[in-house]
Amino acid sequence: MTYLDKASLKVVGTRPIRPDGVDKVIGRAAFGADMVLPGMLWGKVARSPHAHARIKSINIDKALAVPGVKAIVTSADLPAIPSEEAFVGEGPMNFRDLSSNCMARGKVLYDGHAVAAVAATSPAIAEEAAALIEVEYEVLPHVIDVEDAMKPDAPVLHDDLFTQGIDPKPAKASNIAKRITFTKGDFAQGWKEAEVTIERRYTTQPVHQAYIEPHACLVSVGADGQCTIFSSSQGQFMVRAYCAKLLGIDIANIRATPAEIGGGFGGKTLVYLEPVALALSKKAGKPVKIVMSREEVFRGTGPAAGGVIEVKYGAKKDGRLVAAELVVKLQAGAFPGSPVGPACMCGFAMYDIPHVNIVGYDVVSNRPKVAAYRAPGAPNSTFGTESCLDELAIELKIDPLKLREINAAKEGTKAAHGPTWANIGYTQTLDAAKAHPHMKIALGPNQGRGIASGFWFNIGGESAASVYVNEDGTATVVEGNPDVGGSRASMAMMAAEVLGIAYERVRAVVADTSSTGYCFLTGGSRVTFATGMAVTQAAEKVVVELKKRAAMIWDISPDAVDWKDGKAYPAGPNAGSFEPLSLGEIALKAGRTGGPISAEVSINAQGAGAGFATHICDVEIDRETGHVKVLRYTAVQDVGRAIHPSYVEGQIQGGVTQGIGWALNEEYVYDKHGRLDNAGFLDYRIPVASDMPMIEAVMVEVPNPRHPFGARGVGEVPIVPPMAAVANAIADAIGTRMRDLPMSPPKLRAALDLQDPPRLAAE
Amino acid sequence: MPRVSYTAPATVDEAVKALAGAAGLAKVLSGGTDLLVQLKSGRLAPELIVDMKRIPEMIGIREEGEFFVIGAATPGVMLSAHERLEHAFPGIVEGVDLIGSTQIQGRASIAGNLCNASPAADSVPPVIAARATAVIAGPNGRREVAVEAIVIGPGRTSLAKGEFVVEFKVPKPKPRQCDAYLRFIPRTEMDIAVVGCAVNVTLDAGGTCIDARVVLGAVAPTQLIVDEAAQALIGHKLDADTLAKLDLAAQRACKPITDKRGTIEYRIKIAGVLARRAAAIAFERAAARA
Repeated sequence: MTYLDKASLKVVGTRPIRPDGVDKVIGRAAFGADMVLPGMLWGKVARSPHAHARIKSINIDKALAVPGVKAIVTSADLPAIPSEEAFVGEGPMNFRDLSSNCMARGKVLYDGHAVAAVAATSPAIAEEAAALIEVEYEVLPHVIDVEDAMKPDAPVLHDDLFTQGIDPKPAKASNIAKRITFTKGDFAQGWKEAEVTIERRYTTQPVHQAYIEPHACLVSVGADGQCTIFSSSQGQFMVRAYCAKLLGIDIANIRATPAEIGGGFGGKTLVYLEPVALALSKKAGKPVKIVMSREEVFRGTGPAAGGVIEVKYGAKKDGRLVAAELVVKLQAGAFPGSPVGPACMCGFAMYDIPHVNIVGYDVVSNRPKVAAYRAPGAPNSTFGTESCLDELAIELKIDPLKLREINAAKEGTKAAHGPTWANIGYTQTLDAAKAHPHMKIALGPNQGRGIASGFWFNIGGESAASVYVNEDGTATVVEGNPDVGGSRASMAMMAAEVLGIAYERVRAVVADTSSTGYCFLTGGSRVTFATGMAVTQAAEKVVVELKKRAAMIWDISPDAVDWKDGKAYPAGPNAGSFEPLSLGEIALKAGRTGGPISAEVSINAQGAGAGFATHICDVEIDRETGHVKVLRYTAVQDVGRAIHPSYVEGQIQGGVTQGIGWALNEEYVYDKHGRLDNAGFLDYRIPVASDMPMIEAVMVEVPNPRHPFGARGVGEVPIVPPMAAVANAIADAIGTRMRDLPMSPPKLRAALDLQDPPRLAAE
Repeated sequence: MPRVSYTAPATVDEAVKALAGAAGLAKVLSGGTDLLVQLKSGRLAPELIVDMKRIPEMIGIREEGEFFVIGAATPGVMLSAHERLEHAFPGIVEGVDLIGSTQIQGRASIAGNLCNASPAADSVPPVIAARATAVIAGPNGRREVAVEAIVIGPGRTSLAKGEFVVEFKVPKPKPRQCDAYLRFIPRTEMDIAVVGCAVNVTLDAGGTCIDARVVLGAVAPTQLIVDEAAQALIGHKLDADTLAKLDLAAQRACKPITDKRGTIEYRIKIAGVLARRAAAIAFERAAARA
């Protein structure tokens, strides 16, 4: 059944308070670090001080001799597992590499790479002992930058890594894990047909997801081998699966409970601490808790990939694009698996271009292994493609919004990466942007306006949900996706809508892995779509059952019962004349009509709707300091149907904020030894509240017909356009194009000084 | 395991004794907003921490004749809330207001900001620009020195073992004297100065500068008193030529480093920019007092 008629909705589309809100506001919610168990030990991870080194020996004698130390583990305590590739979360994953990332095996590959871990009776003892673990290193040459890592003479991280996607297979190991290509039409032909061509090179920096909650877990391995895990992640089933794989434990022997999550943004779609804590707990025979420091989070987890983006456009003078080429060189960090695939696919996805050539390289270097971050890969390529389109618009003397309209992908357009679009709302975002009052606000001196668009796939996948009718006529929804953005509220709203009862009468809980059916992790903007679909179907099954029970009470056929506004009615005069029965009345009699009323649905949700967005950004430049102030920002997005509009707006505003941080200030600073020099929020500059204007989220609703309420994923595409939107606004303000992120004050001032050389003391 | 002792004396003499008697590293605690962070990160492992907040004379702001006397452990919010101090030295309060966040300012003191000896400390340049002195207590009694004599390098002070700052004495402004402090950070708050600049000027009735002090932060191992910049202002009104000379003088004085917070080249340029902008504010404020 579908509920696409907005006018008929009573709950979906309203803005009730989220059920987890109060506890989070008053500090009572239990996050990863908040749980305790009797007899619990504290774990601490010892980390590499080198960017690249061979581990010659590890001596734990001194550490083990510290009173209070109960266990120490190294990679020798984790089973050696064979290379096995799986596509999980939002990127490829090799379990052998994941194991080596949790605990270095043979070599350390980045500053902060885990080499050993201690469990002790207090955090201070664990810390002291971790510092006493003696690791003898043979320091090796290291490489940080992506293009340096691609050079033939670069230090090689993995001597068994041979570039995939090149024929014949290379004879020599390198840091290029993979080369991928996408083609549509004949690029050379299109380039010949072009009347105007443009070629530019852009760079992005790796950035951390910067969730406020550091990674934390509390685990217990029982004497009989049954394990419990309490941790902060984007998927308790993911934690369970990875720990089972990495430690050789039967899945049935692990019960993983999701903590409240203090932000993940993709960065908590894999494990760092849980397998290590399990190994310590097994060895010590006690529960073990590990909480990372902020410095460990920066040195040892995430980030999102950075890279080099080379773009070519060929166009007719009237603005029609005839050819486009994209080369993306993306950092994977210490192990293969950057999001180069999505980066390649997203760059031109907004446009109808006949001849396209796309090449991507997945490149390892001596930095932490990248993790997913909101629309992984797309912000990188889109910074290049949407900046370059702006440069082309200037060259063609065509309004940048108009140029996008001319080339916009529509119903039936075949995208360069393969699919033919159906039910997409890209042009609607352009229309809404064009009509928005923002576009008419006059700009002052040193102010500029930039436009950029973006695309993200959104996914569906495996989800299970149950709906239980309680004896007082309320209902409980049980599902398995950690709530990162208000999904409990959305789930309860969809169930309430189907059941016909008030939102406040439905509570949704996120259950542990032994208390609900399998849910793939919270990622890919899938939860409201896929788990929402499961919840809706479960609620529908409950309604069928409620009608059956009413029919039983009335002694008529279930087909002769209608369900409306939370009550059973006789379907018509022929059905008989009965007073309507409310859900509460039916629930009260459930024991006498067949037992408790509930339903579970497990699905693999198909038909996720693509997400398109168009952003408008105004900036003002301080020409003397190079400081960029974002004056106003409007983000237009096709959201399908906003189940809870406030939380959709929150996703949009959050994504834009992170994108602005990526655009203006965020970067990793490495010293000459390859050590991270800014592993903290003081010098890793995410935006603060006062840096941000109010971000206006404009929701365009082009319903996705494959979802019962028309929902599309909304959490990722908001981070795709901002970097280009900011760069395009800066170019509009000062006439100089910034092609390298971050567009920080020193870089901007240097660019301005080229325009207008200042009087300097040095001269 | 590392162990640390803590004491909270009630008098300056007891504090001197505790500090002087410590066998290993002893640290003074006022707000603790630098010290506790250093302890937690493992950068410092003192044997003794002496908490000054229980010593009555070290907290609060008094007016004694021609001076404001500020207790060394006075939290920043008390400075900001002191209307007469704020009116006399808006630049000092501007510096204090830029330290961390509102919560941090509820703890952090200007003595701590000074004795942490960071070249980027925001409250220090305007205090030096006001020609303030610090009263230091130690095993040999009390002495009074210019504030600029205390920091001698990043993380290093001229204080001897057992010595600490008890209070600051800030001479009250003359007629048509006022100050301003500006810093540059890439964000809008919660950051460390890339460059800081305090300007304190005295004008005659016609608006010509008759006395000035220009102090830069974060562009050298210590705060810099830039005499050449003061000379560029004295005897002049704030016209374009004066501003250009001030800018160049400020740039010439800089001896910065390149680090994660800024490059040499950028810091030098910004020192000139901030000197001009701070001077403009200080002149306007001083003139308004005529």
